[in-house]
Amino acid sequence: MKKQSLPELQKICSQLRRDVLRMVHAVQSGHPGAPLGCAEYFVALYFDQLHHNPDFQMNGKGEDLFFLSNGHLSAGWYSVLARSGYFPVAELKTFRKLNSRLQGHPATHEHLPGIRIASGSLGQGLSVALGVAQTKKLDKDNSLVHILMGDGELQEGQVWEAAMYAAHYGMDNVIATVDYNGQQIDGPTVKIMDLKNLKSKWEAFGWEVIETKEGNDLAAVIAGLEKAKSLTRKGKPILNLLYTEMGYGVDFMVGTHKWHGSPPNDEQLALALGQLEETLGDY
Amino acid sequence: MSLDLKYTYTEKKDTRSGFGDGFLEAGRKNPNVVGLCADLIGSLKMGDFQKEFPDRFFQTGIAEANMIGLAAGMALGGKIPFAGTFANFATGRVYDQIRQSVAYSDKNVKICASHAGLTLGEDGATHQILEDLGMMKMLPHMTVINPCDYNQTKAATLAIAEYEGPVYLRFGRPSWPIFTPANQKFEIGKAWKMIDGKDVTIFATGHLVWEAVVAEAMLREEGIHAEVINIHTIKPLDTEAILESVKKTGCAVSAEEHQLNGGLGDSIAQTLIRHNPAPLEYVGVNDSFGESGTPTQLLEKYGLNAENIVKAAKRALARK
Repeated sequence: MKKQSLPELQKICSQLRRDVLRMVHAVQSGHPGAPLGCAEYFVALYFDQLHHNPDFQMNGKGEDLFFLSNGHLSAGWYSVLARSGYFPVAELKTFRKLNSRLQGHPATHEHLPGIRIASGSLGQGLSVALGVAQTKKLDKDNSLVHILMGDGELQEGQVWEAAMYAAHYGMDNVIATVDYNGQQIDGPTVKIMDLKNLKSKWEAFGWEVIETKEGNDLAAVIAGLEKAKSLTRKGKPILNLLYTEMGYGVDFMVGTHKWHGSPPNDEQLALALGQLEETLGDY
Repeated sequence: MSLDLKYTYTEKKDTRSGFGDGFLEAGRKNPNVVGLCADLIGSLKMGDFQKEFPDRFFQTGIAEANMIGLAAGMALGGKIPFAGTFANFATGRVYDQIRQSVAYSDKNVKICASHAGLTLGEDGATHQILEDLGMMKMLPHMTVINPCDYNQTKAATLAIAEYEGPVYLRFGRPSWPIFTPANQKFEIGKAWKMIDGKDVTIFATGHLVWEAVVAEAMLREEGIHAEVINIHTIKPLDTEAILESVKKTGCAVSAEEHQLNGGLGDSIAQTLIRHNPAPLEYVGVNDSFGESGTPTQLLEKYGLNAENIVKAAKRALARK
């Protein structure tokens, strides 16, 4: 894929945010907050970082792969998949509706191109990503495996089982990103179950940790992912702490857990869309 | 033994060794076969494979949830992962991981579960899972297999390596008669009529197939001719074979080392009640946990041995 300029990529971010809001508004269900906060990450990955093929092959041989462990960000993932050519953009209008390939949480069951494993029940994605990464090592396939997890998701024990495995086996073809927005469905993570010092936790588990402090600055996100890539193949798995703001891009949604799982009403949607330029055409 | 048994044996061996030997052979046949184990390589008999194919074997430590996820990832990358641990940890502990990452995602993962049922013995109820078949058969996409002896377990292991899709393979710890042929062909989903009869059908699975063979000889001494059918595949269930047999005999017994709730007997009852309501008696564990003891003692105490199958057959006959 031809690399696009920063302003071009920024336009895609704006469109992704519009897609997310319109999708969850249309069915009055879904999770707008976190995908709004991860728009830059999704766009940086699919339009700049990944060597991937929208002509979908399940086994992903020779391709960089992405796994979404926190599956409730589905609206954002579906948007970036559609916008990068995995399936028709018009299909976004079927999100969460009966007989759709765009299930509430990502699934392979309906064969939506781009999805390789179901996610939604939290904590499972890192293990799956490591399994694929292990396969790539066995097959001498030099492509990379990316995975996104929520910060609240790190409260699941399986994540740390996987973290231990990754360091033990030197899974240096994996870049795991944590959406570090400090929010979860019941409130701020510090109040619900404090994650304390994530950087030292991951380092103690044997990971190379980088911090992307400006997770909603596209250039910074790309720079962070570039740095992460430069650290691969050195014997350690890479953890990218991506500081984002839940609800970023819409002034009344930003920085609160209140929009984790609540859709906007008609009025709120109009207000939100007024703050986000339609750049590539709404679906 | 003075009984006139239709099947006999010269050797006893654990079914887990059948798995271990089949796994090694599957690995030799297909370079895509890989193995994972959560710190029970010796118990699962996966050591020979690990030794011969160290690069294709992954010790995961005591972390079963991660092991299932890894296996799902390897499967989607094109490998055929065999993930082994005790049946308790291979099912109940990781049900959600199996449900989402393996069954719902339709991944070609082989969940290999040893030390299932009461015959695990002295370790006691914490490890004697009696609910695994039920949990696994409820999952859409999942194939559930419970072979009866060393030879059949080895054959089943080779067969699932060639089958595309998620499989739960259940086997056990005790030394058990080897009474089925070596190098048999294993057909997933195809029940095996081991003994022809006309009065009552005994549908047995796993270790209890041997008990059923013994029960058949005991019943024959009393002039009762039982048909013995080996249901090695719990799902998909060979309903055709079940209905054909019961059409002839008119009544049946199910025998399994599992809870009655959710086990093989339930599946057979569903089949009969829909197509040919006929008396069915159950041999299995009746809503209880197990305990420490030898396999023989436990099968006796919990009512799972040949004598209990005989009694159940007579109850079924009396209801005809």
